[in-house]
Amino acid sequence: MRMHEYQAKQIFRQHGIPTARGELALTPEQVKEIAEKLGGKVVLKSQVLVGGRGKAGGIKLANSPDEACELAKQMFGMVIKGHKVEKLYVEEQLEIAREMYVGFTIDRASKGFALIVSSVGGMDIEEIAEKHPDRIARVTVDPIYGLWDYQIREVLYRSSMPKEYQKEVTRIIKILYSILVHNEAELTEINPLVVTKDGKIIAADARLNIDDNALYRHPDLRELKDYTEVDQTERIAEEKGLNFVKLDGNIGVIANGAGMSMATMDLIYLEGGKPANFLDVGGGASSEVVKEAVSIILMDENMKVIFMNIFGGITRCDEVARGLITAFSEMEIPVPVVLRLAGTNEEEGRKLIEEFIRERAIESIHLVETMEEGAKKAVELAGEV
Amino acid sequence: MAIIVDENTKAIVQGITGSQGRFHAERMIAYGTKIVGGVTPGKGGSKVLGVPVFDTVKEAVEETGANASVIFVPAAFAGDAIMEAVDAGIEAIVAITEGIPVYDELKVYKKVKAEGRILIGPNCPGVMSVGKSHLGIMPPQIFSEGNVGIVSRSGTLTYQVAYNLTKLGIGQSTVVGIGGDRIIGTSFVEVLEMFENDDQTDLVVLIGEIGGTDEEEAAKFIEKRMSKPVVGYIAGITAPPGKRMGHAGAIIEGGKGTAESKIKALNEVGVEVGRTPMEVAEIVKRTLKG
Repeated sequence: MRMHEYQAKQIFRQHGIPTARGELALTPEQVKEIAEKLGGKVVLKSQVLVGGRGKAGGIKLANSPDEACELAKQMFGMVIKGHKVEKLYVEEQLEIAREMYVGFTIDRASKGFALIVSSVGGMDIEEIAEKHPDRIARVTVDPIYGLWDYQIREVLYRSSMPKEYQKEVTRIIKILYSILVHNEAELTEINPLVVTKDGKIIAADARLNIDDNALYRHPDLRELKDYTEVDQTERIAEEKGLNFVKLDGNIGVIANGAGMSMATMDLIYLEGGKPANFLDVGGGASSEVVKEAVSIILMDENMKVIFMNIFGGITRCDEVARGLITAFSEMEIPVPVVLRLAGTNEEEGRKLIEEFIRERAIESIHLVETMEEGAKKAVELAGEV
Repeated sequence: MAIIVDENTKAIVQGITGSQGRFHAERMIAYGTKIVGGVTPGKGGSKVLGVPVFDTVKEAVEETGANASVIFVPAAFAGDAIMEAVDAGIEAIVAITEGIPVYDELKVYKKVKAEGRILIGPNCPGVMSVGKSHLGIMPPQIFSEGNVGIVSRSGTLTYQVAYNLTKLGIGQSTVVGIGGDRIIGTSFVEVLEMFENDDQTDLVVLIGEIGGTDEEEAAKFIEKRMSKPVVGYIAGITAPPGKRMGHAGAIIEGGKGTAESKIKALNEVGVEVGRTPMEVAEIVKRTLKG
């Protein structure tokens, strides 16, 4: 779960990391009021859960409450990388002398936490690594032994952190680590960590991503989840226990298992088509789940063909066939369906479908033998529409 | 010979009284796996599927001499179940459970390595030494015994590739699903090393996917240490960055972990990577003949 900047900052502040004064606004009028309270010169930061807000025009400076109000009118409703701006965080402007970076992530390769520090900031971390390799340093923190001072000293020295900031940055790193561990975060980051002209060190941005699988242990954080930020179809799928990701093509993909679903998408691409989505019905899918899966991908108006690719292990092909038959009986399916059934109870499943096609004289179901053949057929059908 | 499990493996099932645990325990027993008991706290003293149920893993090990465990415990309790298995002296642990908090996985990983045990998974289909023993949830009927080892991050793709191989008349030695989470107990490299030392295995199929750098690490190992041919497959060429594709670990982050970079790393060390699961089987057939 990715948290909004304003939410993360509240947690950072509570733990003793300095942040600029600011408040959340939902209307241009509120923006104006907050700007007045903060002395007029403010930054308007759109609260959307994607990176690169600044470059996309989602962060703007205003020098008076009226200007803030006008800018806010333009910013509310703006769409940044598919996310609509509905909240603005209004902060006092800082007089920045210097930008730096500190962050922790989970490091898959070393099975620990990576502490990354840079004496320059304001860009994304890959960009810092590329442009200023001598100003960035990382160290792995073992989750069993925790963070030690010598590790912080090492990254400070190696990133050429100026001496006068080292004490305060060390203090902030320690707090950031305790926030990370306490909340079971996957990532916590301050970019930029700024030095103001009067020498204060302040977190100008804040990121905190929590492990979704651990949210049950953090009910207070779970309440902060912003469901308006999730694609609505993805949200409905999640509620039904299905794994759905929207893509921009026109061939709907339903498969069982994450690997099989990805492989199916790739095959479509290889045949010259474009998948409209990724939908993993998981292991042991019942006919009810299969029906739900069909109804979910039908929400996508761009979808021209459904390719259902099932390899039965725990999942039984006859159960999948029943689900598809129910779907056809209970709703209108305006697009052709390419169906591949292999594995557990393959014979029964194919027989059920063949009988259904014959009895109802349905021409829109295409039963194929292999997934390769299925992808080819789906692309061909999508091209005809 | 086989790797990780063989006909002498004596396994217990943690969570044997749950619906998943019981269902799969029955299938494993039917396959011929020596399931010697089960563990469900509070249900000790009862019997399920003809095997005794214990309250603790320690008791189960003392009474049955079990050296392996398969875990079907819900995510919130699965980390605890793995720790208990390690403490009780279990050598090989297979964790099927999906959705274990990553902080639990990190601690469990450190414990398993410190004690020198093997953990397969979490979030995996298990391990099968074909014709000998099966710890997990794989559909046994699609496998046939032979000389190709499979190591994979994806369950269903493992089945698909094994099925294609079987159809072409090529059997498998051991099939290892290492799991789709970010932090897993056993890496590609560790399994490749076991296959390199296994006299039953002549070729290895490596099935990877987007996310992390395990395939790139595998490529380095293959170049330096593998004498046996390896054939690859990588899923997720069309996956968009920043989206988790079903598996917790299948995500392109900060431009890293793309299918292209993995395919490139494997190609550079001479590993042929199939574009489709069928092509993988065909490459295996051709390579074994040559």
